[in-house]
Amino acid sequence: MSEFLQQLLNGLSLGAIYALIALGYTMVYGVLRFINFAHSDVFMVGAYLGYYLGKLVPPGTLWGGLFVLFAAMIGCAGLGMLIERLAYRPLRGAATLNVLITAIGVSLLLEYSGQRFFGAAPRVFPPIFPERNFQLGALIISTNQLVVIGVAVLLMLGLQFIVYRTKIGTAMRAVSQNPKAAQLVGVNNDVVISFTFGLGSALAAAGGILYALNYPSIDPLMGVMPGLKAFVAAVLGGIGNIPGAALGGLILGTVETFIGGSQWSTYKDAIAFAILIIILLFRPAGLLGRFTAEKV
Amino acid sequence: MPKPTLALLSAFLFAFGVSLLSDRLDPYYLDVVIGVGINLILAVSLNLVNGYTGQFSLGHAGFMAVGAYFSAAISLFVAPAFIGPAGTSALSQGAFFLAALATGGICAASAGLLVGVPSLRLKGDYLALVTLGFGEIIRVLFQNIEKFGGALGLNRIPAYTTIFWVIAFLALTLFVVTCLVHSTYGRGFLATRDDEIASEAVGLNPTRYKIVAFVIGAFFAGIAGGLYGHFKLTITPTGFGFEKSIEIVVMVIMGGMGNTLGVILAAVLLTLLPELLRPIAEYRMIIYSLLLIVMMLARPQGLFNFKFGQTRS
Repeated sequence: MSEFLQQLLNGLSLGAIYALIALGYTMVYGVLRFINFAHSDVFMVGAYLGYYLGKLVPPGTLWGGLFVLFAAMIGCAGLGMLIERLAYRPLRGAATLNVLITAIGVSLLLEYSGQRFFGAAPRVFPPIFPERNFQLGALIISTNQLVVIGVAVLLMLGLQFIVYRTKIGTAMRAVSQNPKAAQLVGVNNDVVISFTFGLGSALAAAGGILYALNYPSIDPLMGVMPGLKAFVAAVLGGIGNIPGAALGGLILGTVETFIGGSQWSTYKDAIAFAILIIILLFRPAGLLGRFTAEKV
Repeated sequence: MPKPTLALLSAFLFAFGVSLLSDRLDPYYLDVVIGVGINLILAVSLNLVNGYTGQFSLGHAGFMAVGAYFSAAISLFVAPAFIGPAGTSALSQGAFFLAALATGGICAASAGLLVGVPSLRLKGDYLALVTLGFGEIIRVLFQNIEKFGGALGLNRIPAYTTIFWVIAFLALTLFVVTCLVHSTYGRGFLATRDDEIASEAVGLNPTRYKIVAFVIGAFFAGIAGGLYGHFKLTITPTGFGFEKSIEIVVMVIMGGMGNTLGVILAAVLLTLLPELLRPIAEYRMIIYSLLLIVMMLARPQGLFNFKFGQTRS
């Protein structure tokens, strides 16, 4: 039983990270209807920003850690907006496939630039937050897990506030429902899309640092697998649906952790995709998504 | 004799001629040409699925893996039982290689059928994701099969792939895809791509067309995988990850989807580009990805697609 709870805790903290990345995918899909392949590399850049900034602050302090986290989020928000401005905006209105290939190009560019400038060898991520283990019965809770879950919950609540209680959030929802109609009522779509990329990229940066804290090794290709799985999480919850992405991330992280702890651990990477296939075949709109019929 | 058949036969003759000359060619260039040829088979076969039928598949490397593994298994485990450990005559060796490639192709086609029937009900991004997912699952499965070497893969595969086989199978791929698309039956692929609902309204069965295109595409991906395995002599599951699928998709899109000549040019260009950029090795992949972005921004209809005024979504 205690082992089950321990695994559940590990799974939830992994799931919280997946959820943070998935939110970026789902928001961009909501406003632009395309898979932003470069998102997983923004996640990687976030982890590297954390690595370099982490050397500037005293290690193992809460305020230092939070400073690194926010600075990396702001840096990645800028990067996300820059990518959107330079690579995606000129293709507004072009076929989805072209945007998809451009996204793949941006993703490769970030990965190879990372290998060139950060170095291809993995690096050990510094412990920027204080580290201690708490004993709760038979359950061992590390401060890292608390930080991961705490930060993820706070960010998701913040996101919920932005999307449902602010003007720009209302505009985001309007654009995702109908971009043309949004424009007609005076929404500046470009500003909204740029903001969406900034917001998603900031969450990815937070995810990157939290991931690096729990698996303290970073390399320029570290984003590929978590990125794919986070996208699966977004589809699982219903793409374009913000609570769905959070739910999908948590489910995926938990299932994966339990599989990883069982005799089937070598199939861990396949599980996410098997879930994806099953969900798409039986409930293509995702768990929380609404099914829309195609109009002729 | 009809023209395409004649072209196919002359391509076989040409392949035979080149293979006679191959001893005198620089081995480096020969290797590059074989690499280009294998990528061409992959790109042309994917073009049938992505370009002509309009179904965005990101799992082509998975079918390539199936073909590579099963044909290598024939050459490694089955063939020696018949022809002895040291290959006897060139003729029996060739026959067994052909059988190995055919097995690889058929296994890949069966995998294509297995994947295609459930997933081709989906469209667009979702189909791309499901095919990507299946490709990754195939990779993980091979990683877990002990008989196939697990994560280490298979090695010491006999070096059967020669320039002759590559040119011959490239010609066969081109022949099948071109004839199929230009046949009466093949118009259905184009109709499915252009407007699925309208094609259904005139009595076609889009799902069947999609599956046929998918299975044929997978068959040739399997053949290309077999050629690849007997060319590189060692295969690992990680070599067939989704990066490889993306590489092939990029060739198809850059060539202008559904434009065989453009796809051929793009595949040649994209295979040679990293070779050409070798002198500036540290930056070559950065330049490659930058070029990819710039080309997409400058010519979204594909680099070699000169039919203007056509928009496809």
